[in-house]
Amino acid sequence: MSALLPLRLDGVSFAAGGRPILDNISAEIGAGPNTVILGANGAGKSVLMRLMHGLLVPSAGRIDWSDPDRGRARQLQAMVFQRPVMLRRSARANVTFALQAAGIACAERERRADEALREVGLSHLAGRPARVLSGGEQQRLALARAWALHPEVLFLDEPTASLDPSATREIETIIKAFDASGTKIVMATHNLGQAQRLGDEVLFLHQGRLVERAPVETFFKQPASPEAVAFIKGELPWA
Amino acid sequence: MAGGNIPGTMIEALGGAAALIASGDPKLIEIIVLSLKVSLSAVFFATLLALPIGAAVAVARFPGRHAVIVLLNALMGLPPVVVGLVVYLLLSRSGPLGEFGLLFTPPAMVVAQTILILPIIAALARQAVEDAWIEYQEQLRSLGVVGVSAALTLLWDIRYSLVTAILAGLGRASAEVGAVMIVGGNIDGVTRVMTTTIALETSKGDLPLALGLGIVLILLVLLLNAAAFIVKEVAQRKYG
Repeated sequence: MSALLPLRLDGVSFAAGGRPILDNISAEIGAGPNTVILGANGAGKSVLMRLMHGLLVPSAGRIDWSDPDRGRARQLQAMVFQRPVMLRRSARANVTFALQAAGIACAERERRADEALREVGLSHLAGRPARVLSGGEQQRLALARAWALHPEVLFLDEPTASLDPSATREIETIIKAFDASGTKIVMATHNLGQAQRLGDEVLFLHQGRLVERAPVETFFKQPASPEAVAFIKGELPWA
Repeated sequence: MAGGNIPGTMIEALGGAAALIASGDPKLIEIIVLSLKVSLSAVFFATLLALPIGAAVAVARFPGRHAVIVLLNALMGLPPVVVGLVVYLLLSRSGPLGEFGLLFTPPAMVVAQTILILPIIAALARQAVEDAWIEYQEQLRSLGVVGVSAALTLLWDIRYSLVTAILAGLGRASAEVGAVMIVGGNIDGVTRVMTTTIALETSKGDLPLALGLGIVLILLVLLLNAAAFIVKEVAQRKYG
């Protein structure tokens, strides 16, 4: 079904205020396996996700979707951030807002919003103001908002980093449902357990460079680079 | 109106003020009503213009944006008499807008106060929208909400914070005397409002009336602020 993938990154670098954050990253992100971007804090995971999603523009290099129509490419992807940003309106209205922005007709919006809220188990809170929901509920709502958009690609930037274990389990269940529905998952995390639970392949970033790319099992059993070995052992990779 | 005896002390003046308020003098009521009409109309028109300006400056990126922000902030301190003078020149018989015959009428006072408080509401709204934009920017851009629709979304989302900006405008409008004095002329029964009456009666030495009006003015502003505060608090608790 994917007209969007693969996503090609060709020599992508990014600097902010003269400080290099990503250095010459080339990779092809194909349809199929869930891609986990792994690395320590400050490795450049979030910036790489934002570049791929189009929220940042690379300082050098190219990022191309297979679909050359950038507007359509934009419509076919969604992103869930570490800290969900909800508008001061009901949970349901936050979902329909996203659908309206995507140009979905009114009747269809209502239907899709209800379906998405059901999917994440928030139907009973649909009328609640979104901002008074708990952190875990807000993140589920953020996933419902993405779900309703029926994206081909879903970017997740440390989606459970500020949540407790039970909320984390709920979020991971929903991410698996996305996967089952055929959505390509690209997720940044520094949580090794989560990478193993949800990922099929790992892109390991270290100090702004793509050090290693491997299937999840291989990466954790036989990491090829000393940086990855150190990271998996829980050592500070730069020590 | 209170009689001509000049109370010797503040306490006597205060007593006179209380009596004046209690009497419900129709003349006093007329002055209060006109004051409210003028200032609330000015707040209405200024808000209508200032919120889009503030939101646009907050969200748009254009050359000279910083200069516009500095200008808006500086214009918050516009001297009312200067605004009054400029509006006077515009509306006077020989002025460019003289044919409308607005000088020394309540609409002229509304125009002057609108110009006076527009930068206050715009500058405060700009700051509030920009703070929200920093928080919402990535999410809204991810959803493809940019430009005008982003500005409108932000304005609606921080509607309760904007109450404070609008109240600041109302405070300025209801307190100023220079602009309405010049363009209104303080004509008895036509353009006489609370602040111009206070100035006039003080210079005439009728302190009970001046002080009575002063107390009414402060009470009204207090009441409006309390009402706005309650609306804001209730809504904020409800919507987070």
